[in-house]
Amino acid sequence: MNIIDHSVFAELQATAGADFVVELVQTFFEEAPPMIAELRAAQAAGAAERFRRAAHSLKTNANTFGATALGAKARELELGGLPPDASGIDALQAQYDTAVAALKALSHG
Amino acid sequence: MAERGARLLVADDNKVNRLLLGRTLTLQGHQVQSAENGRVALEMLRGAAFDLLLLDMEMPEMDGFQVMEQLAADKTLRDLPVIVTSSLEGVAHVVRCIELGADDFLHKPVNPVLLKARVDSSLEKKRLRDQQKALVQRFATSAVADDLQQSGFALGGKRVQATVMFCDIRGFTAIVESQGPEETIELLNTWYTLMFEAITAQGGVVNQMIGDGLMAIFGAPLPVAEPPMAAVRAALEMMEMIELLNAERAAEGKAALAIGVGIATGDVFAGYTGTQERATYTCVGDTVNLAARLEAHTKVAGRGILVDDATQAALHARVATEPLGAVPFKGKAVPTEVFAVSLPA
Repeated sequence: MNIIDHSVFAELQATAGADFVVELVQTFFEEAPPMIAELRAAQAAGAAERFRRAAHSLKTNANTFGATALGAKARELELGGLPPDASGIDALQAQYDTAVAALKALSHG
Repeated sequence: MAERGARLLVADDNKVNRLLLGRTLTLQGHQVQSAENGRVALEMLRGAAFDLLLLDMEMPEMDGFQVMEQLAADKTLRDLPVIVTSSLEGVAHVVRCIELGADDFLHKPVNPVLLKARVDSSLEKKRLRDQQKALVQRFATSAVADDLQQSGFALGGKRVQATVMFCDIRGFTAIVESQGPEETIELLNTWYTLMFEAITAQGGVVNQMIGDGLMAIFGAPLPVAEPPMAAVRAALEMMEMIELLNAERAAEGKAALAIGVGIATGDVFAGYTGTQERATYTCVGDTVNLAARLEAHTKVAGRGILVDDATQAALHARVATEPLGAVPFKGKAVPTEVFAVSLPA
């Protein structure tokens, strides 16, 4: 699966403006780590609804940028119910790190 | 027709969504403000006029469903168009949003072209609705217009306890003959304006205008705390208005105007009567007939305001009345106790 769907990202730049997308990506980098932290906290606390909401937000944002693999992973967590351990969150974290690198390269490219 | 520069509010707890939606709509020519949850959104909507709300469903503090419930219960906000922007999956969510009054539903991430089409369509619908509202308000009093908007239009009626008032100008035929038609119409317009003012100020609804007379209802379609008291207060106010009008007329060397008011309280059948194209809110029943007879009787009794016993009893002596005895009215099996409302000296 693509890290970033380039057509989605290019479309976003075309409609919102490339400069604005740089800012938007930056906002995502600020907002996403607390969401992942929320996933971990909700999993540890056994709070299924909090867990689902955090995964839902991540999914929406990932899809906005065309971060397909990250979006798919977040959706899996959103619809999968409360997991017994943090392995799924670790996998999502890895997807996120990869997406960050790709988005940085793309938005300044 | 694309609306330019409409005022839009974006409610979304997710900052990336909020910024992107705001940016997209700004580029489409609108003025956009944003709120990070439902509670803030409601505060903003109550504080300033907006043309459209773009609403996310999952938000902390107050979610989108709660916002829509609050909007539906708010008289000034229930017509605000709402487009739900959500990535909640499943048809059930969409259905619930539509049931709660959402105009449209857009999945996130929102496609800008689709967004533009939906926003323009919602704004156009709002414009038409505002126009229609203005039209309804021009032809009916605002109480009837509100009732129509709340309950929808349906012919048919219900039995309600209400107070009915009839009022007309005495000796109007003589006045008409003594002056030109323009002057007559002007006088009628002045008279109607003054009477409407007095009646609506007390929560009454003028539902019929008949030449030089009118019929008003207190207690329907909208409830009034004390219909009999409200009707009598309105009648006293009407008398005072006529006195002021007569002072002006006297200064212009014109003849004084006199009105007669009849008021009765009891069960009425109220509702919209007519056809689907042209209907009026009206009341029928014994109480209506009695009010009309009392109004006619003001000429015989030589008094300005006559009320029936039910109305008089409900005043609890807060307004001075004088018993005129039982009068056998046409169509009534037993004579009616009639009271004259005493006018302030």
